[in-house]
Parts: sequence; C-alpha cells; structure tokens
Amino acid sequence: MLNEHKRRWFDGIVWSLSLLFAAALVNTARAESHRFAVDNAAYRTECGSCHIAYPPALLDHGAWRAIMQGLDQHFGTDASVSESTRAELSAYLAGSSSRKHSSAPTLRISDTPWFRKEHSDIAPDSWKSPTVKGAANCEACHRQASAGDYSERSVHIPR
Amino acid sequence: MNTLQRLPAGAGLMCPCNRLGLTVILLASALAVHAQAPADYLKSLDASARAAEPSFAGFSAQRGQVWFSSRHGTDWSCSTCHTGNPLTPGRHATTGRSIAPLAPAANPERLTDVAKIEKWFKRNCGDVLGRACTPVEKGDVVAYLTSLKQ
Repeated sequence: MLNEHKRRWFDGIVWSLSLLFAAALVNTARAESHRFAVDNAAYRTECGSCHIAYPPALLDHGAWRAIMQGLDQHFGTDASVSESTRAELSAYLAGSSSRKHSSAPTLRISDTPWFRKEHSDIAPDSWKSPTVKGAANCEACHRQASAGDYSERSVHIPR
Repeated sequence: MNTLQRLPAGAGLMCPCNRLGLTVILLASALAVHAQAPADYLKSLDASARAAEPSFAGFSAQRGQVWFSSRHGTDWSCSTCHTGNPLTPGRHATTGRSIAPLAPAANPERLTDVAKIEKWFKRNCGDVLGRACTPVEKGDVVAYLTSLKQ
C-alpha cells in the first residue's frame, strides 16, 4: 500500500517535470524564432548599405532569386553589383532562405503573411513617424536588428 | 651541379627575414594604392574629359558643390541622402539607413577603392539623374569631396 502511494508520488513528479521541460522548450523555440542569422560578410556589406541586411530566412528561394535577377531595378533604385559578387550573394541566399514556399510569392518582406501577422498590432501612424519612415527600417524599432535579434525584448517603438 | 641545384627547394621562401620583407613590401604597396586611389582616378577622369572636350580646363570643387546639392530631373539630389555637408553622416531617403560621411576628411575609407567609387556612381547617378554621370560631373564631385576639411 505504501509502495503504491510512493509510486503515485513519483509518477506525479515525473509528469510535472516533463511538463515544465516541454514548456521551457516551447518558450525557447519562441524566443529563437525571433533571432536570425545573417552570417555572410559580402551580404552584410553589399545588401546592408542602403537598408539593414535583411535575414535571408524571411523570404523563400524563389523570391531571393527574383530579387537577385533584378538588382538594377531594386524597389525603385539601382542596386546592381558585379557579376562575381552577385554569384556569391545568390549562393548564400539559396542556402539560407526560408524552406517554406510562399503560396502568394512576394519580393517585399513586409508584404509576407508572416510579417503582417507579427506587426498586426502596430498603429498605422507608427510606420509614418519621421524616425521610422516605413517598414524597410527594422532598426527604428528593433534596436538589436543589426545583430539578428528581433525579439520582443529589444523592441522600442519611437513616439 | 651548379649552386642553385644544391639549395633545398623553396629555401628562399622559408627564410623568415625574406617573408618579413615581402610582407612589408606588400603592405607598403597596398597603402600606396590606397593613398593614390583618388589622384589616379581623377587622372583617368581628366583624360576622358579632355578626349570628349579638348577645351576642358580641369575639375572644379566649387562646381561639384553646386552640382551635389542640385536636383537633376528627379526628386533626389546627392544631398538628399548625403546631406548638404558630406563631413556629417547621411540617411537613406526611403529606408532611413544611416550612411557614413562621404568626405575622406571625416571618413578615411572613402574614395580609396576605384571599383567601389564606380559602383556607387553607376547606382546613384541612375537614381538621381536617370542616366550615367559624365567624367566631368564625377571629377567635380570627387574634387569637391576631397577639398572638404574638418
């Protein structure tokens, strides 16, 4: 009888620890989903001059390929690079892009369903403030964006 | 058997003093190329300007300054992003990204790499003028930027 009681206690403790462990894993995954690697020097330099070097994981392979094929007309500006640089950047993007293929392909990260969902609680006026200028300027609110950290903790929306 | 054959293969490269000498020479030439970049670039622009217009009388920093701040048929001038004072940091007109100062006096890395200068002239002339810049326009701007002092 005593043994049965002990075993129930033991089972209870094992279950509680398992649940705590699972919850910790989910939390870690959530935090990590807002951290992105941007680990190619040429990409950081070439693509990070006019805007922050956006994490390659935010678009799929097809979108990056289309962007790299149209750099001379890149969202209204000429962003062309030498052929050797273009090849290096394309190879990096091909290996680091999102594995999920978007059903509605877009070349603009801020038009992806993921981006819209993540920013659905941002007031329209916040995007228009002079220090933000628009969705291209991640660093205006994500203060650690240059280090790939887009976690809630480092968000500060300017007023 | 002559002297050369008696030496172990690669003896010259193995000598530390030789390697040090080679490093010093390479470093010195790299620095010299850096220091020479704006001057050599201006020389080649000067030759192109004279070929196009035999009466060309040289680049003008003053003309470059006016051109830098003027619009040329689009909504943007150079100063839209680089500000009217290239000794200070600029800001990209659409993305808000910070841009390091353009004048070498404020940012010694500027105008040290001809390929980089040409890359940015190609991009920015297209955006600001809707065409390529002429050698005179480029030379005037480089003359203006190098004339600025802190």
